[in-house]
Amino acid sequence: MILTQAPVTSLGAPSLVAKAFFFLFLATTLGITWWAARRTRTTEQFYAAGRSITARQNGIALAGDYMSAASFLGIAGLVSLSGFDGLIYSTGWLVGWPVVLFLIAEPLRNLGKYTFADAVTVRLQEKPVRIAAAVGTLATVTLYLIAQMVGAGGLIRLLFGLSYEAAVAVVGAAMIAYVLFGGMLATTWVQIVKAVLLLSGAAALALLVLLRFELSPARLFAEAAARFGDPVLSPGKLVAKPLDAISLGMALMFGTAGLPHILMRFYTVPDAKAARVSVFYATGIIGAFYLMTFILGFGAMVLVGPDTIRAVDAGGNMAAPLLAELLGGTAFLGFIGAVAFATILAVVAGLTLSGAAALSHDLWVNVVKSGHADAREQLRVARLATLVLGVVAVLLGILFKGQNVAFMVGLAFAIAASGNFPALILSMFWRGATTAGIVTTMLVGTGATLLFIYLSPTVQVDILRHESAWFPLKNPALVSMPLGFLSGLVVSLLRPEPAAARAFAALERRATLGQAAE
Amino acid sequence: MAAEHEAELRALAGARRRLALLLTAAMVLIYFGFLGLIAWQKPLLGRLVVPGLSLGILLGALVIVSCWILTWIYVRWANTRYDPEIERLRGHL
Repeated sequence: MILTQAPVTSLGAPSLVAKAFFFLFLATTLGITWWAARRTRTTEQFYAAGRSITARQNGIALAGDYMSAASFLGIAGLVSLSGFDGLIYSTGWLVGWPVVLFLIAEPLRNLGKYTFADAVTVRLQEKPVRIAAAVGTLATVTLYLIAQMVGAGGLIRLLFGLSYEAAVAVVGAAMIAYVLFGGMLATTWVQIVKAVLLLSGAAALALLVLLRFELSPARLFAEAAARFGDPVLSPGKLVAKPLDAISLGMALMFGTAGLPHILMRFYTVPDAKAARVSVFYATGIIGAFYLMTFILGFGAMVLVGPDTIRAVDAGGNMAAPLLAELLGGTAFLGFIGAVAFATILAVVAGLTLSGAAALSHDLWVNVVKSGHADAREQLRVARLATLVLGVVAVLLGILFKGQNVAFMVGLAFAIAASGNFPALILSMFWRGATTAGIVTTMLVGTGATLLFIYLSPTVQVDILRHESAWFPLKNPALVSMPLGFLSGLVVSLLRPEPAAARAFAALERRATLGQAAE
Repeated sequence: MAAEHEAELRALAGARRRLALLLTAAMVLIYFGFLGLIAWQKPLLGRLVVPGLSLGILLGALVIVSCWILTWIYVRWANTRYDPEIERLRGHL
């Protein structure tokens, strides 16, 4: 039996450097918020940064909005413990972006104003569609927020030694401050700062790893195989059932194109061309980042060792921080810790803003007030919604303490793939789509996803500890996404809506030329 | 005259849609092809191309590279072919 050495790490007992980076980031982002607050006086500025963001800035912000701590620490950890299998996630998190570019970004930008529901309601009856879209948005955003909050609490506790509740409260307070005062402009720049920090941190760490292997990834992989066996280079246990992999793949690929906080970013640029080019930048950055996490994972496996990584955190989440400490000392660990914190904040700020937009723009202004709310009231409601959502997120984060919530990100993607994405595709590209059909798609897609996940092994076996589950798949997208599409198709065909069909030509024209065409 | 330009606009929108669908189909094939290999051809992916580099790792990296290439193809087409045409038609409509 091999006795594993107690890990030598200063994790959880933050150094002065770690604290300095942490406060430097907070001070910088709050400074940005102060600057942005003076430029956030209208609803267009609050929700869409006054359409003033350039394509390149938006591309970086999209990456900052999307790359979560789960993908940075989680994938590196997964690779460090199981090798190749982590690559399934690295690729899965990226392949949705080309789909966003080809199918969604440009028509969405040309048709809508602040939320993806704006684009879906064109030519359909506003109120029912907005209510259904708000349900889809809030379901996605809430699940995603819970996963981020619980992750944040645990991570910051590990990195900085703060109590779980205090960590969740700090994250909640910072995110509310960004969004409440600085709106989309502050959120965008927090995401840009985070993306630059995350990318440079990961690149520096990957470089330090590769310097030990003559800058050759193949030598690194060969060393891993020599120490831990050839299986680390080939598919392992993660994909025991083929259909599970395909179902998760569908959720990741098509869910990306239905995430409300991502879609909302396309309204921050001046036109459809900028929206298009921004996805090109985002795809480049995110792809490069996931290639690097793979290097980090193998680096941690070889240099830190799986036993040490597991001893600190059973899930492997501390693989990248431990690697940073080994290669760059306490200072670098402090930097990576601050980067992980920044990563979480940028994602939850984007989520909160899109949830607040669904509550205020979709539900309050356009459903309750039928579009008749003056600018002051709209802004006040948007800020109130931000505050409410932020507080709810903190409370949920504390409520779910210690729960296994990792599946909730996959679930949020599955809802986005089964409800939001089909609704966007059907309403923007199919003449025959009707109000009832689109509402059905969103409610069935969202409802079926939630029902199936409850009946799945993910909840029944992993969480409730039952022997078996009624529904076989761990992620339901393989069934729920076709259900979302089919239900909308059938309902639309059964009861056609002549007015909606007649207005389709005008929609296509506007999707091509933009709002200026009206 | 206007009707002619409207028809041109529809044809242009159709061309964009066809390219978008073609590239989406390519992306779906590439990714689910990769997942299919992972699910059903595990030993094949474990084979080494050069020492240390298994076919699986190489293909995974190529999936990421293919995302870059496909988005580049689309953006290049849209920026150099599609946009000027749209601008020209916008002037007429």
